[in-house]
Amino acid sequence: MADLSSTTLDGPRGPKPRRTFSRRNIFLYGTLLLVAIYYAIPLYVMIVTSLKGLPEIRLGNIFSPPVEVTFQPWVKAWGEACTGLNCEGLSSYFWNSVQITVPSVILSIIIASVNGYALANWRFKGANVFFTILIFGAFIPYQVMLYPIVIMLRELGLYGDLSGLVIVHTIFGMPILTLLFRNYFTSLPEELFKAARVDGAGFWGIYFRVLLPMSLPIFTVAVILQVTGIWNDFLFGVVYTGPEAYPMTVALNNIVNTTQGVKEYNVNMAATIITALVPLTIYFVSGKLFVRGIAAGAVKG
Amino acid sequence: MTGVTLKQAVKKYGDTQVIHNIDLDIDDGEFCVFVGPSGCGKSTLLRMIAGLEETTAGTIQIGERDVTRLDPAERGVAMVFQTYALYPHMSVRDNMGFGLRMNGHPKEEIAAKVAEASRILKLDDYLDRKPKALSGGQRQRVAIGRAIVRGPEVFLFDEPLSNLDAELRVDMRVEIARLHKEIGATMIYVTHDQVEAMTLADKIVVLRAGRIEQVGSPMDLYKDPDNKFVAGFIGSPSMNFIRGTVTANGTVALPSLGGTEVKGPASLPAQGREVFVGLRPQHLQIEPEKGEIRLDIREQLGGVSYDYLLPPGGEKIIVESRGDAVAPEGTSVGLSFDPADAMFFDAETEQRLR
Repeated sequence: MADLSSTTLDGPRGPKPRRTFSRRNIFLYGTLLLVAIYYAIPLYVMIVTSLKGLPEIRLGNIFSPPVEVTFQPWVKAWGEACTGLNCEGLSSYFWNSVQITVPSVILSIIIASVNGYALANWRFKGANVFFTILIFGAFIPYQVMLYPIVIMLRELGLYGDLSGLVIVHTIFGMPILTLLFRNYFTSLPEELFKAARVDGAGFWGIYFRVLLPMSLPIFTVAVILQVTGIWNDFLFGVVYTGPEAYPMTVALNNIVNTTQGVKEYNVNMAATIITALVPLTIYFVSGKLFVRGIAAGAVKG
Repeated sequence: MTGVTLKQAVKKYGDTQVIHNIDLDIDDGEFCVFVGPSGCGKSTLLRMIAGLEETTAGTIQIGERDVTRLDPAERGVAMVFQTYALYPHMSVRDNMGFGLRMNGHPKEEIAAKVAEASRILKLDDYLDRKPKALSGGQRQRVAIGRAIVRGPEVFLFDEPLSNLDAELRVDMRVEIARLHKEIGATMIYVTHDQVEAMTLADKIVVLRAGRIEQVGSPMDLYKDPDNKFVAGFIGSPSMNFIRGTVTANGTVALPSLGGTEVKGPASLPAQGREVFVGLRPQHLQIEPEKGEIRLDIREQLGGVSYDYLLPPGGEKIIVESRGDAVAPEGTSVGLSFDPADAMFFDAETEQRLR
């Protein structure tokens, strides 16, 4: 009998082993790999092309890696490329974009988070009407408002100025951001808000001491949405600013679409990558928080 | 004098009225329990006292002050919520001191009061933890601690034990009772559990559909309910109501108990009208082999057992008995009781007939 018990225990142990190359795995990872390649190829072509010299590009093998690696196109794109008449590259426009994006992002998020907080927790008279109007704003096509805003900015003396564009971005970010914050704050337990009120915290006390520390994920989402949205904006940039204050996207367009001389594909590619670098970095740095915030804020309506 | 007085308090949401003209006096240092089925307005009433819900009409006084239009923070109340509502990003210490910090008290005073509260609630070992790292019972103790630290005139409890498991609930119940003795402040406590109401309260307020059904001490409500609702709500298991008909000579005939007649009170309605005879399970005895009531199921709880009886054509009757079973399940039995224990209720108005 003792022998029997020892032999029955002597079989394979642990969880059922899974084969690495099961049909399920091959299918799953195969699909993922295909999709990844599909999205990565354009980036690969851009990087490879930006590192080649023009003669090598003319050979036409766009997928082949550079024979002679050169960083000249990057230097040119940053400091020497011509947009129309002046040939200063992207550098000054990069700083324009920074000066537009940073205040727009900060301003719009501050205002929208307080909006969302008031709408979610304080339910003042007319809150629903206010909210409906705000959401309605999200559905009006931008083009409808382009010209009226030109007139308004001109009357304010801000047309063609960076601060005018900052105001425009702040206003246009308001509907979606307010919705985002409102939904997040309504998803937090209401008792917390009530407990804080009984504890004697006022409107700002509750906002800064109770809600803000719990809202990192949704603030991350808002920052990403706004940074990418405003950095990538072209339409408002081209309409509301003059040549001196053009954001980077407009300058990039001007570089790529210059009609004089030869098309410098390597410089164009480098310029495009430089322009896309900011939103790309933001995504990489905050990926996990972004997913968490989206999941927390987007569900309830 | 920090009692709470409600005068003609009304709460409406749009056109729907949920609280109907409530008049209530809660004395200084009293433990008052609002009890009733869900949706009866007990939590709404508590939040009106807290100031979290606006009072549509009428007044609320705390002590001598009219607080009807004051902010929650200005009312001198502290509240404990069913879901604890602890601030998740703060340590236990910061949670408890939050109210005082918001009101600008000096640091030393806050530290002293937090220390005092954590001593009372035995939370000393947990002061630096976050709420996430605490069990349900500990969390609710922290929530109570947060209330104590503020030194309020009135404590408000909104179903504080409903999220705890049964064993912990009994412990916390005792702890809250002890706390009331130690602090002696006025406490208002909302629950749907009549056992909590009976064990904790100095005064029970039974609510139904936004109206007060009866106010009184637990034993008053148990022994002398005003109507069928209160009689059925207070006491566990609940009172049996047996349909009867008023006879010519001032008695009530009970067809489901084989036509037994009970002497009714002076105010019985006219002959032929229906009344309910209320009998608590403890007041009924089973007479084996003497009647036609089927003994359906017996629940043995050790010390006591509950027998579920099905009289012919009548509603289920529960009998509580002690000691060994007198009759096996499935047999027919009779019932006896002391007529002095019977209560009579009008079948239409459901009011007590005395």
